[in-house]
Amino acid sequence: MTDLSLHRGISLHRIGAMILRYWYLLLSSWPRLLELLYWPALQVITWGFLQYYIAENANFFARAGGTLIGAVILWDILFRGQLGFSISFLEEMWARNLGNLMMSPLRPIEFLLALMVMSLIRLAIGIIPMTLLALFLFHFNVYALGLPLIAFFCNLIFTSWSVGIFVSGLVVRNGLGAESIVWTLMFAILPLACVYYPVSVLPVWLQYVAWALPPTYAFEGMRALLIEKTFRTDLMLQALVINAGLLAASFGAFLALLRSAKRHGSLLSGGE
Amino acid sequence: MTENGKASSRPTVADRDSSAAIAVDHLVKVYKQTRAVDDISFSLPRGSITGLLGGNGAGKTTTIAMIMGLVLPTSGRVQVLGHEMPDESASVLGRMNFESPYVDMPMRLTVRQNLTVFGKLYAVKNLADRIARLVADLDLGDFIDRANGKLSAGQKTRVALAKALINQPELLLLDEPTASLDPDTADWVRAHLERYRRDNNATILLASHNMLEVERLCDRVIIMKRGRIEDDDTPEAIMARYNRTTLEEVFLDVARGRANGAKEAVR
Repeated sequence: MTDLSLHRGISLHRIGAMILRYWYLLLSSWPRLLELLYWPALQVITWGFLQYYIAENANFFARAGGTLIGAVILWDILFRGQLGFSISFLEEMWARNLGNLMMSPLRPIEFLLALMVMSLIRLAIGIIPMTLLALFLFHFNVYALGLPLIAFFCNLIFTSWSVGIFVSGLVVRNGLGAESIVWTLMFAILPLACVYYPVSVLPVWLQYVAWALPPTYAFEGMRALLIEKTFRTDLMLQALVINAGLLAASFGAFLALLRSAKRHGSLLSGGE
Repeated sequence: MTENGKASSRPTVADRDSSAAIAVDHLVKVYKQTRAVDDISFSLPRGSITGLLGGNGAGKTTTIAMIMGLVLPTSGRVQVLGHEMPDESASVLGRMNFESPYVDMPMRLTVRQNLTVFGKLYAVKNLADRIARLVADLDLGDFIDRANGKLSAGQKTRVALAKALINQPELLLLDEPTASLDPDTADWVRAHLERYRRDNNATILLASHNMLEVERLCDRVIIMKRGRIEDDDTPEAIMARYNRTTLEEVFLDVARGRANGAKEAVR
């Protein structure tokens, strides 16, 4: 993975090898599988009951049924998507295997694509049972959102990958001392992306920041769909454009951080 | 390319010797105030086994890391199998491999799973046959389906060697290849490396603190001290030059600053 350039062909064979490596790991460790299910289930149960309580005591939420639990599910797509990406990457750091990969013909773009596929697999393991729980316990069927759900999902997962790529670059450059960023950076987005409330709640100057984040468009779009019964394609397209820029920037940052790690010899230490 | 992104334009060892397996030319690596590698040049012909010797902090690991492309040089050039590193690494990474105590194999994967993953990364043809061959050659049969984390240190070293040989590399970089092995297994691994070199005309560069190992395996020895090459010759010539009967005595002379005196005495 020494080659930093992008101009050569991508090998599906090598991407498949990396996915196989993470699949073997998941199958070998039941705590890893359990962890994928545990937090999403806990989230949906807690927020589901809260929404029940609020709906019984507030007319607005009675009309806007599902906005809270829908927001929880979409937030988990964003958060778990990034974690699914980053944890697969951290597994290489924890296993001290990054040097083996760096010295193999695997290219950075192939490594990142494999991590993206793994984030989808890990997300599916955690989120599908979560949505079924929401359906059976709280009668909220996220799949009833139909095609717009695909638009929300794509925009959220693209953002999660951008964040995942960037924080992985930080860990490559700074070692496991930067690991805490993996777990916490997405929470900086939580208040600004307006997960549980509309953008109009924010002060005007902060609304500009919120609209710079693609997830804001997905959460606003979800509320528009559930409350006003309209699908805002304009929001989804704007989010897609920002996401394209974010993905390109995060990949550029990853390459720059990898290069910096090679300049400073960080790949040899790899630890703290 | 160096860490500044610049390529040197002057005629170099690498230009003169493009048939070499490794050509290192005026290589320098500076970390902040420390010159870890200080203007070294050497060229290794294909099919040779070369030992890189030196005490802790001599610059061996940094040199190997620059050859592998894991560390960018401050200045100087590295060519591997005729290709400029790291710019043309995509052309050579599939033809080389390495083993180092600085990396591990994934602990939760079994030996077979690890070899399968790396075999696929290196696009090894007839992978099942290749793994079966390595299992037989390196005697991995008893623990092939055991998780890597549950192996003894010696077994892990053999598995790491199997990974290093999975793609039948033309160039093998080894850092302490027999560390943690009992004398019998270590001897057996050395015999395997000799056979591998002979059968495949492979080039091996190994860093080791085991002087007997270097004497037995290597047809050339490069001694490093404080980032510079202190001596570079066949083991026999070096021992004669220092008037010593073993490389270990030479190593101690160099490490303790008696090298010049010993060489003067011979003259």
